[in-house]
Amino acid sequence: MSPPERVLKVDIWRGGESGRTQRFEVPERENQTVLDVVTYIQRHLDAALAYRFACRVGVCGSCAMTVNGRPRWTCRTHVSRVVRRGKLSLAPLANLPVIRDLVTDMTPFFEKWQAARGRFVPGDGPRDEMAAVSPGEKHRIAASDAIECINCGVCHAACDLVSWREDYLGPAALNRAWAAWNDVRDGDRNGILRAVVSGGGCHNCHTHQSCAEHCPVSLNPTFSIAGLKRETLKAKLRGELK
Amino acid sequence: MSVSGIARASRAHPGFVAALIHRLSGLALAAFLPMHFLVLGLALEAESFTGLIDWTNQPWVKISEALLVSTLSVHFAGGLRLLAVEFFGLTRAQSLWIALALAFGLGVGVLFLMKAF
Repeated sequence: MSPPERVLKVDIWRGGESGRTQRFEVPERENQTVLDVVTYIQRHLDAALAYRFACRVGVCGSCAMTVNGRPRWTCRTHVSRVVRRGKLSLAPLANLPVIRDLVTDMTPFFEKWQAARGRFVPGDGPRDEMAAVSPGEKHRIAASDAIECINCGVCHAACDLVSWREDYLGPAALNRAWAAWNDVRDGDRNGILRAVVSGGGCHNCHTHQSCAEHCPVSLNPTFSIAGLKRETLKAKLRGELK
Repeated sequence: MSVSGIARASRAHPGFVAALIHRLSGLALAAFLPMHFLVLGLALEAESFTGLIDWTNQPWVKISEALLVSTLSVHFAGGLRLLAVEFFGLTRAQSLWIALALAFGLGVGVLFLMKAF
């Protein structure tokens, strides 16, 4: 006779900005991610449950949710690591508008990436000339430390400053700006500093380090932001920022 | 959607605790400053100053003073840590640095207390 099946009690946020939690019971497996649990519910218990995922292997950054009160990537979070007394509580990411159930509107998040000018601007040099950037160069190393972001929004959801100040660019956008500023091929690096020194910019950061604490790929946006603080200060002293 | 409450799960890590201690110790010191200046002002009036010095010989006042010195030292060491993070890119072992800053502050308080009695 097989032992009785163990059951996870899963409370999931249903609705938009206002709503309620709904309890589901899901069979517990030995190897099971939080995303597996959500998928089980959507396929077997309630087909109307809205959630977002794509790659299931920690690359795309689309499945982040609030799991037992803290933001996590659900596809690489094993239930056994986070379950508390047989219970899981799942909610959409904080600091973003809720569309429905576990799905947030990421528009403000990506608008902030644009506002922080985290994209490459080419210089005036001839196109056929390959830029030589040594792997050991200071800026290249700094860029490497910041570059592997998967845009999941976990740091944005964890950040107190994002929740306190609506126009704050947030750790992900500023981390991207730091990686972009460290690209010595960029044609307008001071343009990045101008973008991140404005009202909601890098100097709002209080160094709580929640972004670094929760980043699933172990980046450290706090230190990227500290880098931006230093470089904006230097540029200001040199008179390059108005 | 916002998650409210100071004890929310996403804040349960050394960086936030350090920031909270830094903020609260700063507020406590700011609240104490007017009293500090009042006592300094009283030094000009010998009679009331002597009375005050007698008052500070009570054990509970000495313990409070040690707590105050601790608060100041914790705030000082925490501030140095923050400056090191922001200006010198101190990146490694943050929880170690936070623990050292707290230990320094409390250690100064204990030394003060030992001298007080």
